Amino acid sequence: MYWEPDKECMSRVDMEQLQLERLQATLSRVYMNVPFYRKKFDELGIDPDNFRSLEDIQKLPFTLKNDLRDSYPYGLFAVPLRDVVRIHASSGTTGMSTVVGYTRNDIKTWSNLVARVLTAAGVTKDDVVQIAFGYSLFTGGFGLHYGAERIGASVIPISSGNTARQIKIMQDFRTTALVCTPSYAMHIADTIQEMGINTNSLSLKYGLFGAEPWSEEMRQEIQRKLKIIATDNYGLSEVMGPGVAGECLERNGLHINEDHFYAEIVNPETLVPVAPGETGELVITTLTKEAFPVIRFRTRDLTRFIPEPCPCGRKTMRMSRVMGRTDDMLIIKGVNVFPSQIEAVLFDIEGTEPHYQIVIDRKGPMDDVTVQVEVSESIFFDEMKKQNELMKQIKSRLASELGIGVEVKLVEKKTLQRSEGKARRVIDLRKL
Amino acid sequence: MLILKNVEVYYGKIHAVKHVSLHVRKGEIVALIGANGAGKTTLLSTISGLIRSSSGNILYEGSEISGRNPDAIVKLGISHVPEGRHIFKTLSVEDNLLLGSYHRYSFRKSGPVKKDMEKMYAMFPILAKRKKQLAGTLSGGEQQMLAIGRALMAEPRLLILDEPGTGLAPTIAKEIFSHIVRLRDDHGLTVLLVEQNARSALKIADSGYVIETGRIILQGSAEELLLNRDVQRAYLGRDLDTESPL
Repeated sequence: MYWEPDKECMSRVDMEQLQLERLQATLSRVYMNVPFYRKKFDELGIDPDNFRSLEDIQKLPFTLKNDLRDSYPYGLFAVPLRDVVRIHASSGTTGMSTVVGYTRNDIKTWSNLVARVLTAAGVTKDDVVQIAFGYSLFTGGFGLHYGAERIGASVIPISSGNTARQIKIMQDFRTTALVCTPSYAMHIADTIQEMGINTNSLSLKYGLFGAEPWSEEMRQEIQRKLKIIATDNYGLSEVMGPGVAGECLERNGLHINEDHFYAEIVNPETLVPVAPGETGELVITTLTKEAFPVIRFRTRDLTRFIPEPCPCGRKTMRMSRVMGRTDDMLIIKGVNVFPSQIEAVLFDIEGTEPHYQIVIDRKGPMDDVTVQVEVSESIFFDEMKKQNELMKQIKSRLASELGIGVEVKLVEKKTLQRSEGKARRVIDLRKL
Repeated sequence: MLILKNVEVYYGKIHAVKHVSLHVRKGEIVALIGANGAGKTTLLSTISGLIRSSSGNILYEGSEISGRNPDAIVKLGISHVPEGRHIFKTLSVEDNLLLGSYHRYSFRKSGPVKKDMEKMYAMFPILAKRKKQLAGTLSGGEQQMLAIGRALMAEPRLLILDEPGTGLAPTIAKEIFSHIVRLRDDHGLTVLLVEQNARSALKIADSGYVIETGRIILQGSAEELLLNRDVQRAYLGRDLDTESPL
């Protein structure tokens, strides 16, 4: 089943022509409307009028997450705010999130692309789709929601959390498709087991999971436990949100919606494109975004192209599941967390020492984060009350900064392992 | 069916068309919209060979046509209806139509041409009524129909229309546009259309391009372009700033 067969099964020649046309138009528009890009192009002596072929994209500068932050909040918008109908934001360091906007057309395109991803994963208008992604500034919830509505499925916008209720609704509403992070799917599966519910009594058929890296083993386990077909999908708010790429029922790589996103894979060190099929960092240029176009955005996600044709009939290029990151960003419970964010909070609180360690583990399927902080001796030997207060303070500050709850453990001075050279701030015990 | 890649056109030193890439698929109506002087007519004339591009490719059904003479391009199946119609005013309607078929007309085998003339009259009954009249005495709308009919007499597969609705009363323009839709739907013709009236063009088109100072700045389905706020402001005459939000 295809949502837009003429686009998804377009021949390479036609696709490249369309990409070239859209890229040229996008460059003209960003040069005209976004001072950031104009300045950057001018500095590098790049004339967008000299853009002749898709290979010319390699002459263009990269855009980094930091560029987005520096333009906080609206600096990179290519249209006036009155044309923007939606604003999302992703978490970022030191309270500076990256803000992205959508015009009415962008929302339509987005819905359509998510509809493609859902259709490729087996969902039809007859399905009941339970969306257990957060409905917030995060693009996951709304992105999937609009796409599911677009294909005419019955959408349950339950948002994330409250697992017992999720399961009750799943039973009562006869949910056929579950949309959430893979770790939450695991948690739901385990809870179902604990509650003694027979999965055969559920109507679940499909699961669309994304927003965090997961392994093939985890897919197998989710499929087995929930008795569903589980597919991976990919997106990031800076580029659009979910809908950038998604797996078909072959479950062997994610089809990139190439008529809307130009994808490159580069060596993260040399920034030169790698040979087809080799692993590198995914770089995306939007081809149709109106409000928030990005040129060569470095996603920091490691993946590779799968150039072999897919038996499903789609001609769009596939990418493998994301294999890791090229920066220190952690994805915890589907939320992007930088160690520097945690550091900034700790520096701000009196009584803490600048030594800390972030320990991430999976308790069952759920991510569990403990921040170990060294505190000054006076506090450590002080009364419990004071210690507890400090702990509470750190906890609530971290929760508001990161958007997720973390455990805090106070430790005595000089108890955390000191390393020579680069401090080992993060201990990730998860098997991703 | 038609693919342009990085087409550049200069008038002396003036860079009128800047690296334009576009494509027209078989059976589609594609609209090219833009302000006066944006380069729309130049682009159309470049496709039909009236103007030479300085670089870039124009591929028609897979073969390069840039640099070829207009008459050769007509033979390949591209007919151009110019802006302002340019019918032969001192000739009769019938002769105008006949001239459209010059590249395939032969005195001995006039049968197929005659048959096509009948088709034109069936499509535009008003022309049948005016058969013997001088073309210059026709109304604007009738002249436009004649210009289209003349272009069709060359048996094109791709029809290029430059401002078919300009200078016509709105109801007449509407009629012309419904003819264009019929050409696509009933006769399988592919149409590349330039029109000042962006709304009526996009309403009948499948996809479109917005051209500004010689550059394509937007590409998309007609539906998307109609919804684009810049297009609405610049070409659809909506004053969004004074409109109340919803």
